[in-house]
Amino acid sequence: MAVDPDLQETMRRAGVHVTSFEQLIDWGRSNSLWPLQFGLACCAIEMIAATMARYDMARFGAEVFRPSPRQADLMIVAGTVTKKMAPQVVRLYNQMAEPKYVIAMGACAISGGPFKEGYNVLKGIDRFVPVDIVIPGCPPRPEALLDGLMALQTKIRQEKLLGPNRARHASASIPGDVPVPIFGPHDLEPSANRAIWNPPTIPRKPDVA
Amino acid sequence: MNPEPAVILEQIRAAVPAARPVLLRNPGPAGQDSILLDTASAQDVFRFLKTAPGLEFDLLSNLTGTDWPEPATAHSVGVPPEIPPPPAQGFLEVVCHLYSTLRREGPLVVRMRTADRAEGAHLPTLTPVYRSAEFQEREVFDLFGVVFEGHPDLRRILMWDEFHDFPMRRDYVAPDDYEYEPTPHEAVWERAKEHYAVPDGTSETGAPAPPQSLGLADEAACEAACSPLREERDRLSPNPPASDREVTP
Amino acid sequence: MSAPVDSLSQPRFVAGDNGDRLLQVSLGPQHPSTHGVFRMNVDLDGETVVRLKPVFGYLHRNHEKIAESATYLGSIPYTDRLDYICSLTNNWAYALAVEKLAGIEVPERAEYLRIITAELTRLINHTAFAGFILGDMGAWGSALMYAFREREKILDLFEDLTGARMMCNYMRFGGCRCDTPEGWVDRAKKVVAEYPAFLDELEQLLLGNEILLARTRDVGALPAATLLDGGITGPLLRAAGCAYDVRKVDGYGLYSRFKFRVPLGGHGDCYDRIMIRFLEMRESLAILREALDTLPAGPVINPKVKVRAFKPPVGEAYARIEGPKGELGFYLVSDGSPRPYRYRVRPPSFINLTLLEDMCLGRDLADVVVILGSIDIVLGEVDR
Repeated sequence: MAVDPDLQETMRRAGVHVTSFEQLIDWGRSNSLWPLQFGLACCAIEMIAATMARYDMARFGAEVFRPSPRQADLMIVAGTVTKKMAPQVVRLYNQMAEPKYVIAMGACAISGGPFKEGYNVLKGIDRFVPVDIVIPGCPPRPEALLDGLMALQTKIRQEKLLGPNRARHASASIPGDVPVPIFGPHDLEPSANRAIWNPPTIPRKPDVA
Repeated sequence: MNPEPAVILEQIRAAVPAARPVLLRNPGPAGQDSILLDTASAQDVFRFLKTAPGLEFDLLSNLTGTDWPEPATAHSVGVPPEIPPPPAQGFLEVVCHLYSTLRREGPLVVRMRTADRAEGAHLPTLTPVYRSAEFQEREVFDLFGVVFEGHPDLRRILMWDEFHDFPMRRDYVAPDDYEYEPTPHEAVWERAKEHYAVPDGTSETGAPAPPQSLGLADEAACEAACSPLREERDRLSPNPPASDREVTP
Repeated sequence: MSAPVDSLSQPRFVAGDNGDRLLQVSLGPQHPSTHGVFRMNVDLDGETVVRLKPVFGYLHRNHEKIAESATYLGSIPYTDRLDYICSLTNNWAYALAVEKLAGIEVPERAEYLRIITAELTRLINHTAFAGFILGDMGAWGSALMYAFREREKILDLFEDLTGARMMCNYMRFGGCRCDTPEGWVDRAKKVVAEYPAFLDELEQLLLGNEILLARTRDVGALPAATLLDGGITGPLLRAAGCAYDVRKVDGYGLYSRFKFRVPLGGHGDCYDRIMIRFLEMRESLAILREALDTLPAGPVINPKVKVRAFKPPVGEAYARIEGPKGELGFYLVSDGSPRPYRYRVRPPSFINLTLLEDMCLGRDLADVVVILGSIDIVLGEVDR
């Protein structure tokens, strides 16, 4: 049950902070995101730059990069996901503990980007893993990554832990892991996880000759 | 400093007569003429080039493949004077660039050609002569399908082991995963258009709509496609309540 | 019979050559010390490396295939993404190959700008290298923090000049895309003038450090002849005492005009490899000072070159430069059409890994990480 924001503000001015347990948990979770130390390509260098002296991602509580997926909350898919790498990315996602979030950083992770025409390039990590935030750019600047991180924090702060609209990780019926594709003779099998990736068919205008 | 392939060719002819080297002229302005070797004694020639005094090409810098499904194209790029006509089914070629670090000379371009592009795509390995050929030959095997006889560890290197095709060949067709292309153009459009449902069928010529008409079919379809996105956006960043912005002193 | 090296699995036991039980560990593709998505299958007897098989291809994004269906101009942004720390040297190697292919002259000012940006790139690469290899030894963050602080200053220069921090897309056949903005040369001079102080600081922090000495001395050394046989070039080769620098040997660009030395190592171990990079940075600074002081006026691109609708004559060309990681070459075959018939990158990072197993045999597993770090690879270039 949410707290009435007006009442909350009135009380705050009087020096009493009233909050719900849900808000408190979401506030805490959003400010201590531990990303997975996991770089794929060019964007990883900008991700490192975002944690270094000038951009200092520590200001947003997300500087603790963990090399192990078991200790991480956030997977920043930073770079081109190739078909050879895709099963490993999915495995890493499955190994992360709930609640977990995914940022697709850069054009390649979103859609294949400039390398879309490559035979070994996965055309978007959202074909296999649910993505929470996408950050366009090639590569996105560190500021863009910080902006994406803040968007994710906003999203986490608004998550419901109870009730019918509760977050994905809070309902036991939704599985936390996704199937891992296998290597086929020509392509990954399957080439996309249709349970989570269902692109709309885009109707086109007929030819105006 | 560039070496003189014509002179080196004579030295090879004298040292390894079985090699039957042929000089290929480079028609371009780069001037890097090359030597085409017979495959059977190629290892001996490379050993000679590496160790013979006055040559000492000790660095195999680059080894790569080229696919020539049309032999006529290969001939227009480098026309050999006395070489027999190549097989009609095309061939694969391996090109090596050698440097001499002692004499600071290079590149010496040496080529080998396979008999055809299928069962005859075999060449002798250079790994015993130049260790740097090891991974590069694996790459040529992986992407072009040239089998290097005698290679110590000939496996796929860039693609996965279960992969069947040779993707750098010119007739390779990549898997079709262009189901969803919101902004296609050029090559991507060519691949993506098969997945698009054109409401009124096709144009008069029977061809699908050209890439210029990228607009959505009608307003209603656009609205239907966009409204969930808009709701999601509003849910993520609602306007903050007024009380957050006004702080009374 | 050892198990197939490509089966991805938990650590497990395999048989060694003389019947020992060896522990097979898969290092990577997700590992903090593999500089991206590199993977090694290491067979261990206790802590000692008995066998090491690198596994490539996790970042194989088909650069060569895409370039063969793109125009000559359209491939330049892709070369930025090869070795994504050093986009400008990649641009240069590709532009040089196309210039050889078509016989194009480059104006003097453009050659100077190429040298300036390439040497700045070398500074970035070697600085980041120093930070990353300390990370590999366990000091994650502190040295890298200093390195990236300086890197940002050079990236600011690149951004002013080219509009992008990392993917500069700056060089064209016959010159460079644009001239320097107002005041750029002075800003560059300031960065170059301040750099030695940073190098002093970093050297003081690192080079006498007891832990660094213990982890790197006599680790991974091979004789120069073996390295040459393995195709290894660049700082690795020079650390083993072989004086082979393409800038001196080929004299491409206008490098023959500049006065700089080629530092050489004596042992070829990891310590020499680190030291070589510090010495090379000092030489790069000397080149930069001279180039910035004597930068001539004039056009930055050959006006006769039609960059768009560019069709080189039939033929082929191989051109190489001294990239920060070694000899970076491009091999192009033209059939007279606007797209290259064959486009090949000779990647120094990839070929420098040929002897990784030889360097690591008999060493501890922890040394493997340091040896790999001292080779200085970037996966975009290894797998392309």
